[in-house]
Amino acid sequence: MTTTYMRFELLRTFRNARFFIFSFGFPLVLYFIIAGPQKDDHDFGGTGLDAPLYYMIGLAAFGAMMATISSGARIAGERQVGWNRQLRITPLKAPSYLGAKVVTAYVMATCSILLLYIAGIALGVSIPIGRWIEMTLLILVGLVPFAALGILIGHLMTVDSIGPVMGGTTSLLALLGGTWFPITSGFMLQLARLLPSYWIVQASHVGAGGSAWPAQGWIVIGAWTLILSRLAAWAYRRDTMRV
Amino acid sequence: MGAGVELRGLVKSFSSADGPVHAVRGIDVSIAPGETVALLGPNGAGKSTTIDMLLGLLPPDAGTVTVFGTGPTEAIDRGAVGAMLQTGALIRDLTVRELVTMMASLFPSPMGIDEVLELAGIEEIASQRTNKLSGGQTQRVRAAVALVSDPDLLVLDEPTVAMDVEGRHAFWTTMRAFAARGKTIVFATHYLEEADAYADRAVLMARGRIVADGPTTEIKAMVGARTIRATLPGADLGVLGTLAGVVATDRRGDAVILSCNDSDTAIRMLLDRHPEARDIEISGAGLEQAFLLLTGDEGDADDARQDDHGWGTPERRPEETVR
Repeated sequence: MTTTYMRFELLRTFRNARFFIFSFGFPLVLYFIIAGPQKDDHDFGGTGLDAPLYYMIGLAAFGAMMATISSGARIAGERQVGWNRQLRITPLKAPSYLGAKVVTAYVMATCSILLLYIAGIALGVSIPIGRWIEMTLLILVGLVPFAALGILIGHLMTVDSIGPVMGGTTSLLALLGGTWFPITSGFMLQLARLLPSYWIVQASHVGAGGSAWPAQGWIVIGAWTLILSRLAAWAYRRDTMRV
Repeated sequence: MGAGVELRGLVKSFSSADGPVHAVRGIDVSIAPGETVALLGPNGAGKSTTIDMLLGLLPPDAGTVTVFGTGPTEAIDRGAVGAMLQTGALIRDLTVRELVTMMASLFPSPMGIDEVLELAGIEEIASQRTNKLSGGQTQRVRAAVALVSDPDLLVLDEPTVAMDVEGRHAFWTTMRAFAARGKTIVFATHYLEEADAYADRAVLMARGRIVADGPTTEIKAMVGARTIRATLPGADLGVLGTLAGVVATDRRGDAVILSCNDSDTAIRMLLDRHPEARDIEISGAGLEQAFLLLTGDEGDADDARQDDHGWGTPERRPEETVR
């Protein structure tokens, strides 16, 4: 993968206005709407966390998941116009092609996270720098399954059908993972603990001085990564076998 | 001459709802370096399938592809192959120059960006976004993408289908300039005129097979022929086939159809031998008609479908009537 190829891949993504609105604008506006009125709640939903911090991570997670999974939309778009075939008659290999998509997704996800951090600071979130970094790293690790999911659906869906699938999947995972309200007990918690989105949102505990993920968090993220990347590899091969 | 492109015993079938479709049924082609070869045939002949195999996009069921001494994938990795596929648009949100630069960065020794833009005649639209181009402009940018690696082999799959007359002219001017650098060009077309004007040699395909292979002048004489149709009950096709000027014969009920490379001589011979012949029609044979006569196939041209991946090719065993 050349740096020039990567540079233009990023440039293309940054020029896509629709993408900006959904991955950056949407979570940011929601954050101010939801967290703004509750900015003095210091024990949000019994989590022991400030509401602005909780929602900062929740919506950073949402925007980042959206940004990561949306590599699928770019892949589907390139497949639709036959560009993937054009790339197959260049020396660019599948790992580099998919690698460029993942790197782009991560750059976008990081931008989305940083925007929410700035918004969080504006609403009074204040944590030590080491906590910021640890929290961010956990979120980025938690996004790995979403990168694989993006590649998977990008090779299975058409441009027309991928939008709702991406939006629906991300919203459902965000909801069940506790982006919008804390999930603290019962069946919903049991279920949430099996979802990668839950563990991304849990990174907010690190920001409040809590401990990082327990073993289950790492196992869940690892298992989702393994399964989705296997499926993504299958979908990629299936797609290239077709005329 | 060294090794150029070698296709040996290529076979490819697809499965469809109606059973297997034999898109390519065993073809052999050798192309020398520096040659410009037209792969000529009606829709459904197997041209695109052949090109996909030549480019390594599609694994053959049997047979081998060699491009300058190696498999197609190795040749592509060296940057020795450029291609303009039949279908395809451009990715959006980049300018023409940015797109060409992006693609150039993937190859070991690409052409200079300005050189490619000039060769493809797109300097004037270099700063336009790829999603704001006309159809003809898009095709020229696609040509630039195919040329940017400075390939030794350029493969074009029906490149001018979407172009107007002016666009075609400009396109082939570019390709001639490129061929003049000693490059090998293989292009698929269903226009006889295009093969005649721009190729040194034409390989005729019909129903997944090669039905003729030779200099374009010979091929033109063969398929650019006229057809004589006459009502002549009980005529002996074998005898009619030996008449001067007749290339192939066929029968439709009481009518005989003579495919001719010299219809003037053939009609005189026919009337001399069969003065009772009536309802005589002489017409210029379209390419598809000419192919069907050459392959002795009684099916009509309509069952060769538009997609040209051979999907519409029915299973038939053509009788050879070409002399």
